[in-house]
Amino acid sequence: MSARTDLRESARDLLAADAAKIAAVMLGIYVTYLLVGLILGYSANGMINTLQRLTFLVAIYAMVVLALNLHWGYTGLFNIGVAGFMAVGLYTMAMLAKPVEPTGGAQYPGLGLPVPIAILGGVLAAALVGFVVALPALRLRADYFAIVTIAFAEIVRLLYTASPFQEFTIFGYTMGTGGGRGILFNFQDPVVTIYRLPIFEGPVTFVNQYVEFGPADAQGVIYVGLLVVVLAGYYLLLKRTGESPFGRVLKAIREDEEATNALGKNTNAFKIKSFMLGCALMGLVGILWQFRRAGITPDAFRPHVTFYIWIALIIGGAGSNTGSILGAGIFTAGLFEGPQYLRRIIQSQISVGQPPGTFADAVGPMFALNFQPITSYLFNNMLTLQFVFMGVVLVWLMQNRPDGLLGYRTETAAAVPLGKRSDEVSETVHRADEPSETVSGTDGTSETASREDEVSDQ
Amino acid sequence: MSETVPREDEATAESERAGDDADAVLRIEDLHKNFGGITAVDGATFGVERGSMTGLIGPNGAGKSTVFNLVTGIHDPDSGSVWFQDEEITGLRPYEVANRGLVRTFQIARELANLTVMENLMLPAKAQSGEALWRSVLPGFRRQVVEEERELRERVWETLEFFEIQHLADEKASNLSGGQRKLLELSRALMLDPTMLLLDEPFAGVNPTLEKKLLEHVQQLNDEGRTFLIVEHDMDLIMNNCEHIIVMHQGQVLTEGTPADIKANEEVIEAYLGSPWPISNDTCRSISPPWSSWNDWENCSESCWP
Amino acid sequence: MGGPVIAAIGESYSRGRSVVAERPLTVVVGIAGLLLLFDLGSGMATGRYSVSRIGRFVWDGLMYGLIIGLAGIGLSLTYGILQFANFAHGDYITSGAFMGWGVTYVIAGLSSANVGHLLLVAPQGNISGGLLEIGVTSTPLAVLVGLVVAGLATILLVLLLDRIVYRPMRDAGGIPLLIASIGVAFALRYVVVLVYSTRTRGTTLRPPGTAINLVDGPLLIDAHDVTLLVATVALMIGVHLLLQRTKLGKAMRAMSDNRDLALVTGIPTERVIRWTWIIGGGLSGMAGYLMVLWTGTIDYQFGWLLLLLIFAAVILGGIGSVYGSIFGGLVIGIAMRLSLVWLPTGDFDLVAAFGIMILALLVKPQGLFAGRTTA
Repeated sequence: MSARTDLRESARDLLAADAAKIAAVMLGIYVTYLLVGLILGYSANGMINTLQRLTFLVAIYAMVVLALNLHWGYTGLFNIGVAGFMAVGLYTMAMLAKPVEPTGGAQYPGLGLPVPIAILGGVLAAALVGFVVALPALRLRADYFAIVTIAFAEIVRLLYTASPFQEFTIFGYTMGTGGGRGILFNFQDPVVTIYRLPIFEGPVTFVNQYVEFGPADAQGVIYVGLLVVVLAGYYLLLKRTGESPFGRVLKAIREDEEATNALGKNTNAFKIKSFMLGCALMGLVGILWQFRRAGITPDAFRPHVTFYIWIALIIGGAGSNTGSILGAGIFTAGLFEGPQYLRRIIQSQISVGQPPGTFADAVGPMFALNFQPITSYLFNNMLTLQFVFMGVVLVWLMQNRPDGLLGYRTETAAAVPLGKRSDEVSETVHRADEPSETVSGTDGTSETASREDEVSDQ
Repeated sequence: MSETVPREDEATAESERAGDDADAVLRIEDLHKNFGGITAVDGATFGVERGSMTGLIGPNGAGKSTVFNLVTGIHDPDSGSVWFQDEEITGLRPYEVANRGLVRTFQIARELANLTVMENLMLPAKAQSGEALWRSVLPGFRRQVVEEERELRERVWETLEFFEIQHLADEKASNLSGGQRKLLELSRALMLDPTMLLLDEPFAGVNPTLEKKLLEHVQQLNDEGRTFLIVEHDMDLIMNNCEHIIVMHQGQVLTEGTPADIKANEEVIEAYLGSPWPISNDTCRSISPPWSSWNDWENCSESCWP
Repeated sequence: MGGPVIAAIGESYSRGRSVVAERPLTVVVGIAGLLLLFDLGSGMATGRYSVSRIGRFVWDGLMYGLIIGLAGIGLSLTYGILQFANFAHGDYITSGAFMGWGVTYVIAGLSSANVGHLLLVAPQGNISGGLLEIGVTSTPLAVLVGLVVAGLATILLVLLLDRIVYRPMRDAGGIPLLIASIGVAFALRYVVVLVYSTRTRGTTLRPPGTAINLVDGPLLIDAHDVTLLVATVALMIGVHLLLQRTKLGKAMRAMSDNRDLALVTGIPTERVIRWTWIIGGGLSGMAGYLMVLWTGTIDYQFGWLLLLLIFAAVILGGIGSVYGSIFGGLVIGIAMRLSLVWLPTGDFDLVAAFGIMILALLVKPQGLFAGRTTA
């Protein structure tokens, strides 16, 4: 009996552990998608590609949500211009890395810097732009701050679209954004360089014995592996940031900036640092997200992107790094990719028929109790429905689960565990069960009143 | 406390002297502050003696809280100056004032609601090297930060024990009762090791037993040599515990002196009687509206409604 | 005698100095604005700038500004009274315009196509507003009914959304409401796509107009310009009267000032909120309709794209202030168009508008009509 409770408790402890939670959720997602692949009759290659794409998206979203969590979850900076900072990172990187004299139809020249330096440049540019936005916007209320950031993100997008910047010369260097036609990434892909490293030769040949695996696929897998490593880095960095005196000040600012200032903390300096760090991380995500493509247009950075990131953050629960990763996983697998796979599964199982051309043609037959046209119309517009659904989910979350789908998580804002005194363990244990009876109640007033009496009676 | 018979000339002489009191740890000179045409502070001048427990009283709207805000840098004065330990601190930001050893509490407790009591107390400690982001993050340096945190945790425990609230250490501040929040604020302010504390209505909304406790702590800290300036509406409390009292009225210092002086001063009584709303803010908030329609709401003293 | 005068001069001097010292940005922005105005004036006087071109910019900007201002009133009211920035407001505008134009199409084209197709504002390309010869002079009844329906239908939509989304969150605070409204915006926009499709369509046939001679060229003003002008000004006056002369307006002002107080003093807050939505929703739907009448095109995201400009206007004018919103709309609209005088291409007019908004927030975050909420 007690052994079983022990077991159950230790199992709960294990699940409570953040890493285990992430692993469990990701495992669930993978298993589901493997099943989906089976239903759809994917080849091994197809399966790997599915999981690779999924992992790619989860990693990218997890990173950017972590960065946003630093802004909003920790510091209370209401940034809804995330897409803008991502765009600055990516565009700066591309403009620095593009060859000075592009060949063929590869449009506009860049500075021809090595890719790693260009990436660094992109990250720094995003941080710098973050500084420029944060500096004047610091004293604004949260909602004004939000409007400034989204206006800024739109300004960035419009500037990258503007034709005068298609190609321009500054200090004798000619470069360009490509305007509305976008920018081509005609520089050496470092993943290819990594792929050509001798250590990968053996594994690639080995894998190729079992599945058809071209170099492009292998590079894709390597890249995703790389992203997961970078994600781990993000997580560690932000975990340490949160569990430190620095993070403690950020959380205090989120709660009450004026009080924090009155307690001797230069809140503006902390806010700027936090905002710049988050923006730099967003800039890097912008780069990692897109740079293995052939090119990009400014349209990729429409406010939609920011909207997705916010949904993921809210699903996971703002203020928690683990929640950020969980939210990114659930959002990507469930809301972002899920509906498309669902559609494919339905399509593979049943025939939905030729959809009517307009909504009227779909609704009209309903009056004759013919629901086939509306079904196939909705089915045909699954992508649109998906967007509607995302909006509804956000509203539902704000109404019912403002602390996140998985509930509120506390992450201690200190570099050492709090609450237990090292030399008084026994006393702490005694103390620990004392408040438990009072805390567990949901009625805040009665419980605290009784505890107040305890204080005074001591 | 004092049984001396007050003499009017003595009181005036004392008030004249206070402005340039050589032993004053805090001195404010001719402070003025306007808010959109309403004069909140109109030439206030006074000094607070080092190591004293001084009361700052006055009817609602007298400018007490504004003086606190001007001294601690929440607002900048229109004119006048503030001196702390012979250094001019006029116009400094709140954090600069706090780091010089002049720390305040707020009228309505400003606990950091979603942080635990311990986190609340660990926040204000000075010279935390981990407040530099890179030290907290980079491998070699983090060890030192962790070490500091361990020491800080000990200090926090000592403070919690001093206030006898160890059992609340893990509690989220939002779960505390009103009185406990006041305790939290005071103990948190103490983590800055302040020379002087400005307490804005520290006893408002605190039950009598806890009030006694709180008062004992304040007295103990005062005995240690910390200076206190206390705004409080409970007259008995001020009269019984402060050795010196400053009375503000209409943005100016009306008079100052010992509790006995103040009790006997007719101007003070007049000021209180003549005030449009001679009740405390808390009372004003708690009573049902005395006005018949919402058109009359402006009649309530401005300071009642934030 | 001289003493007080000197003191007063000294005071105003030091006040002036403190403005320079404390608000350098305000001074810089003011000077920059004055320089641009001066350049504009001298340019027109010397013939460097074409007067008729600038006249057209100002006129276009005025039209734009009226739409923004009209749509902004609703946003401003809800912002002031419900204390949150409603990001779904732009999509209210789109939805209202589509619903109104559907009715206009039905009335104007009943003989030439089936009702369902017309009600959806002709999602497939075989008919268009131009083909149906829709315009305020050619089909006045269709336009008038469409305008009214746009207002009424948006009111219903907005009340429905308030019931489902915002009312359960009344006490949630500004930020959760703001985030929820982003969700509403997204859902609503794609419901519009689902129903009306993503196709951009032409809705009107350019009506006849007159040319006014402006020194070096003509300024063309057509019937839709005049309709827009008359309708928006009439609606603005209507709102003004409503807020100034009725008990409702007084209650709205009180709530905007202090909601808690309004609650304890017995204002029927829910009723006031409902009326706020009714006024705001109706105005946004009609603003959307008029904008489509004026531009002659409609698509599923024009309201969303307009939203940031509306925010700019509302913030510039001061949140909660009706006049502020109108004034802000005119400033944003005209500045956006006039920026084309100096900017090399048309790529930067939105950038200029957003820039003005950010500057306005930095210089005077409380807005130009601060303290005169809902008046």
